[in-house]
Amino acid sequence: MNVYLDNNATTIVDPHVYEAMEPYFVQKYGNPNSLHAFASDTHPGIKSAMEKIYAGINSPREDSVVITSCATESNNWVLKSIYFEYILTGKKNHIMISEVEHPSVIATAKWVESMGCKVTYLPINNEGIVDAQAVRDNITDKTALVSVMWANNETGAIFPVEEIGDICEEHGVLFHTDAVQAIGKFPVDVQSFNVDYLTFSAHKFHGPKGVGALYIKKGKELMPLFHGGAQMGGYRSGTLNVAGIVGMGKAMEAAVEALDFEMTNIREMRDAFEDELLKSKDTFVVTPRNKRTPNTILISFRGIEGESMLWDLNRAGIGASTGSACASEDLEANSVMEAIGAADDLAHTAIRFSLSRYTTQEELDYTLKAVQAAVIRLRGISSSYAYAPEGHESGLDAHH
Amino acid sequence: MGIDSLVGGTIWDEYSDKVTNLMNNPQNMGEITEEEAEAMHAKLIVADFGAESCGDAVRLYWAVDPQTDKILSSKFKSFGCGTAIASSDTMAELCKDKTVDEAVKITNIDVELAMRDDADTPAVPPQKMHCSVMAYDVIKKAAAQYKGVDMESFEEEVIVCECARVTLSTLQEVIRLNDLTSIEQITDYTKAGGFCKSCIKPGGHEEKDVYLVDLLDEYEKEKLAGKASLGNDTTTAPAGDFATMTIVQRIKAVEKVVDDNIRQMLVMDGGDMEILDIKENGENIDIYIRYLGACSGCASSSTDTLFGIENIFKEKLSQNIRVLPI
Repeated sequence: MNVYLDNNATTIVDPHVYEAMEPYFVQKYGNPNSLHAFASDTHPGIKSAMEKIYAGINSPREDSVVITSCATESNNWVLKSIYFEYILTGKKNHIMISEVEHPSVIATAKWVESMGCKVTYLPINNEGIVDAQAVRDNITDKTALVSVMWANNETGAIFPVEEIGDICEEHGVLFHTDAVQAIGKFPVDVQSFNVDYLTFSAHKFHGPKGVGALYIKKGKELMPLFHGGAQMGGYRSGTLNVAGIVGMGKAMEAAVEALDFEMTNIREMRDAFEDELLKSKDTFVVTPRNKRTPNTILISFRGIEGESMLWDLNRAGIGASTGSACASEDLEANSVMEAIGAADDLAHTAIRFSLSRYTTQEELDYTLKAVQAAVIRLRGISSSYAYAPEGHESGLDAHH
Repeated sequence: MGIDSLVGGTIWDEYSDKVTNLMNNPQNMGEITEEEAEAMHAKLIVADFGAESCGDAVRLYWAVDPQTDKILSSKFKSFGCGTAIASSDTMAELCKDKTVDEAVKITNIDVELAMRDDADTPAVPPQKMHCSVMAYDVIKKAAAQYKGVDMESFEEEVIVCECARVTLSTLQEVIRLNDLTSIEQITDYTKAGGFCKSCIKPGGHEEKDVYLVDLLDEYEKEKLAGKASLGNDTTTAPAGDFATMTIVQRIKAVEKVVDDNIRQMLVMDGGDMEILDIKENGENIDIYIRYLGACSGCASSSTDTLFGIENIFKEKLSQNIRVLPI
C-alpha cells in the first residue's frame, strides 16, 4: 500500500483541476497578449480563474492578486521590494519576521540584513506560536515591514496574524503574511483583518506546481521584481502561465468547497490517528490541537532519529517528512524543535504527518501499524535504549 | 554548478546497496552483557560516542580476551540515520577478531570503503561521511578504555577534516605551496571540507579547534607580513652582488634571508633550520642546511619545502644557489 502523508510539502493535483487545465496545452495555446483568436480563446478561462482566486480569499476587486511562479517568488518580491523602496533609500531601517518562517522568507531576510537592514527574528513560545506582544515590543517608527506566516509548515501552528495586523496598522507598518499553509485548511479572508500582502501557492491545495500568487492591497503596490512586457498590470512581467492560472482557479474553488470537510472530517481523522500514535511511550506532539491546522502532526519519537523513521516508513510505502538533521543537506536540527525548547536529545526525532482530503481511514490504519513496527525496530537498534553495565558512565550526552 | 547540482536527487539514491542492506538488517546490532563477556572469559568494554542532541550517537560493545588483546565479539547500538547505523555496523564487523591495537588503526575511510559496492563509487554522499567518523572515534574510545589511557593518545596529528582525514600540517603546507585562497580550492586539492562541511567554519555539525577559514586567514596574514618584509629588504639587503661577497658577508646575508623570509614559515609547523656551510661548486653556490624540530623527518622537507627555501634564496641572493639538506 502506498500512503502519501506529506501534504504540507505538496499535494496530489485534483483530477478536476487537471481536467480544467488540459485544453490549455494543445488546443488553447495562444499567448493571451496577442491580437488574434488564438489569444482570445484563452481569455474566458483566465478571467474565470481569476474570479475564483479573488473569491477564494475574498479580495476586493480594486486590490491585486498577482499570479507568480511560486510562493518563494511572492515572498522574495515583498521583502526585496521593501528593501529597494524603504531600506536602500534610507526611509526605514528595520524589518521583522518570525524565527520559523519558510526559507524563502528567512533567506531573503538574511540577504536584506546583509545589505545593512536591521532584522528582528521573533521567537516562538513552547507551543510553537509567535507572541503578538513581541511584535509590539520590537516595532519602531523605522520599521518598514513585518512578515509573519499564518500557519507554520512544520507544526501547523496558527499564528495570531489578526493581532499582529492590528499592531502594524496602529504603527503604520506594512504587514505581510505567508498563507501557504492556510488556504484550504481554514477560511482566509483578506478583508477580515489588516493585511497588506498575502502569499499563497496552488500546489499546496491540490493545484499544479509552478503557480503562486501575491495579494496586494490597493495603495500598497510594490515595485515589480520582474520587468518586461508589463503582463499582470505591469506588476509581474512574463507570459502568463495560462494552464497554471486556470488550474489554480479550479483548485481554489475546490479548496473552498472542501473547507468544512477539512475542518471536521480531516480534523477528526487526524485527532484519532494522533491519539493512537501517542500511545507509544516517550512520544510528544508539538502545539495543542486547537491551535494548529486540521491536517498536521509534528510528533517526536524519543531515541529514533528522524531520517531512520522516514526510512522505515518509506520501505512500507509511506511518505512523511522531517525537517531534522540528516534528512537535509545542512545537517541542522529541526528548527522548531529547538525553538520550542524541547530537550536537546529530541532535536532530531521529529516526524511530520500531514493529511489531505484524499487521505483515507484505511491509509491511516495501515500507517499506524507501520509506525508501531518502526518504533520497535529502531528503538531496538537505538543507543538510547541500550544496555549498559552497572557503573558505566554514558558519554552519550556529551557534545561532540 | 552544472546539471548534476541543479536538480538534486534524494541523498538516499546515493547510498550503496551495502549501506541500504545494513540499514535494513544490521548484522552486529545488539549488546554484550557482563555475563556474556564472562562466559567468553573476556573483558567487557562499553564505549559511547556522539550525542542524540547532535543527531547521532553510538554505543560500542567489545568482549576482549585479556590474554591476547583479541576482540572476540563486537556489537553496537546506534541513534542516527541509515548511514550512521550502517557505518556502526560495518565498524563493529571490522573490529572482530582483531587485537585492540589493530582495531585502533581502523579509520572512517576503511569503514566507508568496506561499504562500497564497487571500488570507485563512494558508499555514501559527501554530507554523510561524518557518520563514519563517529564509527571511527568510538573505536578509539573503546581502546582507550581497555588500555586505561587517554583517547587523544591514539591521535598522532591534529586532524582538521575528519571526514577526509586531512591533518593540520598537510593543509597549511598545501595552502602555502599552491597559494590557495578559497575553500573550494582547498577541497579540490585535499578533499578537506568536501563532506560534512563542519570544518569549513564555525556553526557546522561539529565544533572544531581550527577551521579552514582560520587557515586561509593565517596564510593571508602571512603573505601580508611577507610583503612588508620584502619591502624592507630592498633597503636593508646587503649591498653588492652575492657572488662577489666575502664569506662573512655571505653568511650574514644568508642568515638574514633565513630570519626574514624562511624561519617564520618553518616555526609555524613546529620546525626550524640552521645553516651549516656555504661552498662554491663551479658555477653553483651550495648552501648546506640542517632541518630542526618537526621539519626533520617531515616528508615534504626534501621536496616542496626544500624547493620553497631554495627559491627564496635564489630570488633574494643569487640564481646560482643550491640548497642541500644534510
